[in-house]
Amino acid sequence: MKVLLVDDEKELVTTLAERLALRGLDAQWATSAEEALSRLQTESFDIAVLDVKMPKVDGLLLKKQMQAKCPAMKFIFVTGHGSSQDFEAGALEVGSDYYLVKPLKIDDLVAKIKEALQR
Amino acid sequence: MALMDLIGMTGIQFFGKMSASISHDLKNVLAIINENAGLLEDLCLMANKGKALEPARLKRLAEDVKHQIRRGDRIITSMNTFAHSADIDSVPIDLRELLGLLVELSSRYASMRGVSLEVDRPCDSIMATTSPFILLNLMWHCLDYAMTAAGPTKTVELTAEKTPDGARLHFRKLAGIGTVAGTFPAEPESTLIRVLNAQIRLDPDSMEVIVSLPAEFKGTDNVVNRNHGDTIGGMP
Repeated sequence: MKVLLVDDEKELVTTLAERLALRGLDAQWATSAEEALSRLQTESFDIAVLDVKMPKVDGLLLKKQMQAKCPAMKFIFVTGHGSSQDFEAGALEVGSDYYLVKPLKIDDLVAKIKEALQR
Repeated sequence: MALMDLIGMTGIQFFGKMSASISHDLKNVLAIINENAGLLEDLCLMANKGKALEPARLKRLAEDVKHQIRRGDRIITSMNTFAHSADIDSVPIDLRELLGLLVELSSRYASMRGVSLEVDRPCDSIMATTSPFILLNLMWHCLDYAMTAAGPTKTVELTAEKTPDGARLHFRKLAGIGTVAGTFPAEPESTLIRVLNAQIRLDPDSMEVIVSLPAEFKGTDNVVNRNHGDTIGGMP
């Protein structure tokens, strides 16, 4: 199970990747949309965990760009805010079940990743 | 009449925008501390199962947490300074400090737009007696426009200078200023300009926005409510 974490907060994605690895997931990371898309040129991932608000290209647009390259890929959105505006945008894209609010609970994230991949 | 009454929704919207940005930053700080604490728990669980703890790894985690606490403290200090800027109508301000605060408050917003902010900080203080909240509000509007006008270099340089009759703020390196439609200053900025008795000039030749401020803002005595059919800030 290969996971790509994308968030402009490098310390967050590196630590999260390490924690997911301890739980048996192959977790890689990127800190920008450009870097994430570049990784897709050489690697394939089962699922991406995307921050909604990122510089230049936000998570919603990045999902569309990644999906164009990898149609079978699944997505989970993460945001700093549970604001209704963010939630509606995120929920429309992936469904409210796959939209998590920071700070994350690692067990919730792992459960959502597994659930999304079984859809 | 208090100055805040004169700017109305413009002030509330500005406060809301800054608060949303700051709270987003703080959420990220907490999220990183949360993951570091979680990783420490993971390592402890593994140690209980016989895997040796690496002191160097633990030290790095502690350093990461301390780094985020310093970051959070800086954000909260800026938030506190910003919140108190609305306490008083008129006070002597060092514009260098206000530029620093503006950049601190706007850094995430700028980052979202892919724009770098550079402060050219003069050695000597640049004092002006004015309303810090309303001036910050005007500076934010100028910076927002400057980010749009930054052009392909995606950099905005901010600086301040003394003038014989007050001070000037400059938003420079706006390579795209000639291509941005002439919608600035619009109504919100015009209100702030009138209340502060300031002036704004867009200079396509030097690729900058210049805000001129009087050395001493006279407070509400200088301001007559526009609704009463008179002038505001001494401007016709």
